[in-house]
Amino acid sequence: MSLGQQVGSDRQLARLLQIGIVLEEVVEARASRHYQSLAEEDRTLDAEIEALLEGAATESADHRKRLEALIEGLTVDSVPFDEIETLVEARYGQTKPEDFDGVLYDQLCNEETAYKFYDDLIEAIEASDAEFSVDRQRLLEVLRGLREEERDGVEEVTQIMEERE
Amino acid sequence: MNTANQYLKAIYLIQQQDNNPAATGRVADMLDVSPASANEMIGKLEDRGLAEHEKYKGVSLTDDGIVRARDALQTYCIIERFLVNVLGVENFREEARELESVIDGTVAERLDTIIDRKPECPDCFDPELDACSCLDVELEAEQPAD
Repeated sequence: MSLGQQVGSDRQLARLLQIGIVLEEVVEARASRHYQSLAEEDRTLDAEIEALLEGAATESADHRKRLEALIEGLTVDSVPFDEIETLVEARYGQTKPEDFDGVLYDQLCNEETAYKFYDDLIEAIEASDAEFSVDRQRLLEVLRGLREEERDGVEEVTQIMEERE
Repeated sequence: MNTANQYLKAIYLIQQQDNNPAATGRVADMLDVSPASANEMIGKLEDRGLAEHEKYKGVSLTDDGIVRARDALQTYCIIERFLVNVLGVENFREEARELESVIDGTVAERLDTIIDRKPECPDCFDPELDACSCLDVELEAEQPAD
């Protein structure tokens, strides 16, 4: 065991970015699954929640692309992402939301988790003197952008939840 | 950041192995830090009500400390299982050690949804192997660092 709170190498950074991709994949799969269930099961569709979930799935796909672009700049072997996609899809193939409140709460957890992940990662990179194969400034800009969008996502879901109380 | 959690995890595992309070030197060895650093952090854990230190005997976790140590161990197991089962990483023990201080429990909970963790976790953790014993991989105990 060793102690450390910093990101010290391309490999470690790549792993963390891959974890970010999986988190986004999970968000996308859950949002998509929930969205489909709403369409199938509820004929009086809730436009606000539909728009929220559709937006979340689109945003996660965009976040994955930005993370993948960062990984491409690092000197590490990449992970076959189609396998991850299949794995995540398989896990969520059978799940269904219990009700609208459950969908919103789940979405809030997703956004909060992603925010926390990017926040910790930014802090760990800032605490490190390591040189990466990608430009540090660009790396931090991308990650701060992702964190900002997750923060907006938390606020959006919270607002909808408050309006429905 | 989770440095305190790494200490709690180490103390918990040593107490489990020795069935006694954990000697500060053992904690320092396990975490590869100086005894002075270990003493300092153990003092902080005491201040937070997570550990109790008895001179010449060693450090024991309080009930709150045990709960937090088991949570930290569970997070560690999730990271190991994720590296092996999802990313197919061979040197997962080394990489898990590098990642554990950056991966928060909340994030681990989300990763947990895709890794098929066993109900006995975190009791599945084998301190000799520094790995979750339910992993489907052949492992040998690691040599201590020089």
